[in-house]
Amino acid sequence: MQTFSRDRLVVSTTTSLFDTGLLDEIETHFEKTYPINLNFISVGTGLAITFAERGDADMILVHAPSKEFQFLAEGYGLCRKIIAYNFFTIVGPETDPAEIEGLSSEEALTKIIEVGRNGEAKWISRGDDSGTHTKEKELWTAISFDITMLQAENWYIEAGAGMGKTLQITEEHSAYTLADMGTYLKYYHENLITLKVLVSQGQPLLNVYSAIAVNKTLHPSTNFDGAVSLIKFLVSEEGQQIINNYGQEMYGRSLLYPAVELLEEETDQMLIRWIREYAFLNGYECPPQYHDGHHELYN
Amino acid sequence: MRPIGENMFGEILEGLRKAIELIISVDPTVVQITLRSIYISGTATLLSVLWSLPFGITIGLRRFPGKNFVKSIFNALIGVPTVALGLVVYLILSKQGLLGSLHLLYSPLAIMFGQALLITPIMVSFIASAVEAVDPQIIDLAKTLGASELEASVAVLNESKDGVLLAIISGFNRAIAELGIALMLGGSIVGWTRVLTTTIALETGRGNLTIAIALSIILLLIVSAVSTLTNLIRRRR
Repeated sequence: MQTFSRDRLVVSTTTSLFDTGLLDEIETHFEKTYPINLNFISVGTGLAITFAERGDADMILVHAPSKEFQFLAEGYGLCRKIIAYNFFTIVGPETDPAEIEGLSSEEALTKIIEVGRNGEAKWISRGDDSGTHTKEKELWTAISFDITMLQAENWYIEAGAGMGKTLQITEEHSAYTLADMGTYLKYYHENLITLKVLVSQGQPLLNVYSAIAVNKTLHPSTNFDGAVSLIKFLVSEEGQQIINNYGQEMYGRSLLYPAVELLEEETDQMLIRWIREYAFLNGYECPPQYHDGHHELYN
Repeated sequence: MRPIGENMFGEILEGLRKAIELIISVDPTVVQITLRSIYISGTATLLSVLWSLPFGITIGLRRFPGKNFVKSIFNALIGVPTVALGLVVYLILSKQGLLGSLHLLYSPLAIMFGQALLITPIMVSFIASAVEAVDPQIIDLAKTLGASELEASVAVLNESKDGVLLAIISGFNRAIAELGIALMLGGSIVGWTRVLTTTIALETGRGNLTIAIALSIILLLIVSAVSTLTNLIRRRR
């Protein structure tokens, strides 16, 4: 039972990190070392950011760089660190009526529109302003389709639900959807869906997770020091190892890949360029004016 | 394709079997969540009694202009959607809200407060009806015998105690079975604000259907046990 004697850190977080169980693992390890109770509030990235802006969370764990940049620029966030990455995936029925398997995401979505308009395929959208939904909108924009236009078409269905529920709706309709790899694998391995991974590679599908502390000058009662402690833990060797190992036992592969060493040691040039182009703001993971003196995070 | 649909009944039965195992083996997590639910919603009910009882008795006992209007408002509020009330209370308890400085958000107290408000209409309405059903001659008689206003109220309460108990039980049932407030004000934090309904929603979202089924069975058992109690009281009247 939680008591008030320990410091409390409220982290509003994306459902995709929470539903896989990774955050439970992180909580167990973090609370062993630090006298802080981690309280995760699991919502979509959009709502997670709203909670933080209102001062109801001390920190956010999210995956929508464009929203994160805005969060920083409006003065709500400090000490952003990229903690992990993986790839989104376009999943669909095994019959694959639009024949998108192995195509690039641009080609795949173009074909889905075509086949969808013929009434032979459906697309399920999260429709909930989450990080995954933000990515989906970016993907449609990249092939010059406006999401507000697609919303009016009857093959395009908005679920307004979390990732798990959306996958189940997609299964029911034998439709296509965009999913994060973690939630997909969990649902697939537990026999809750039969949907197949059809497209999962390429820069447009890159998925980058970041941690950002809430600015204490805007909300003086937030636990800023606790947030910095958790950020340091997440980018530490121990934290990165937990991220890397999670899922290997259950699914035979990592659900997320640690990002810190990759970005520091510059081993995979192409991947680093992708992450920089997608998830860096003016060439920084966190521009110096948002370091709040914690330069040790950015060596 | 793997035959999900064909195995549906098998899956439900398997889920049920595992769920019953979880309950019989007295799984500590399941026990904790169940006790926490009863504790939080029970406290919310008692909290609500504090104001619902005097309010209900007053409305039931007194004649005043607009009495029917007040009663119809409470009747209408019985069906208030829990997410709507959850949102209102969230805005009040949020750091920028009226009571933000109390730091109540995402704590058991926040859920208690929200659920206490939620069940106020149902308690006030039921209590007022129970009090109204008492023969008005009892009040007159009490007053004739020299009873004060308060003493007369106590006499009425004594006559309507079954109805009041019914109101309290209905309030508790509504509180423990609701999801919106517990989720929005509690946040379903493990070991602290995670109650039966939020765990069912959460574990279903995570694809862990077994534990969700187990907790649903427990919730059903609690609610039906309490309802049975209500029926017994009704029959006694």
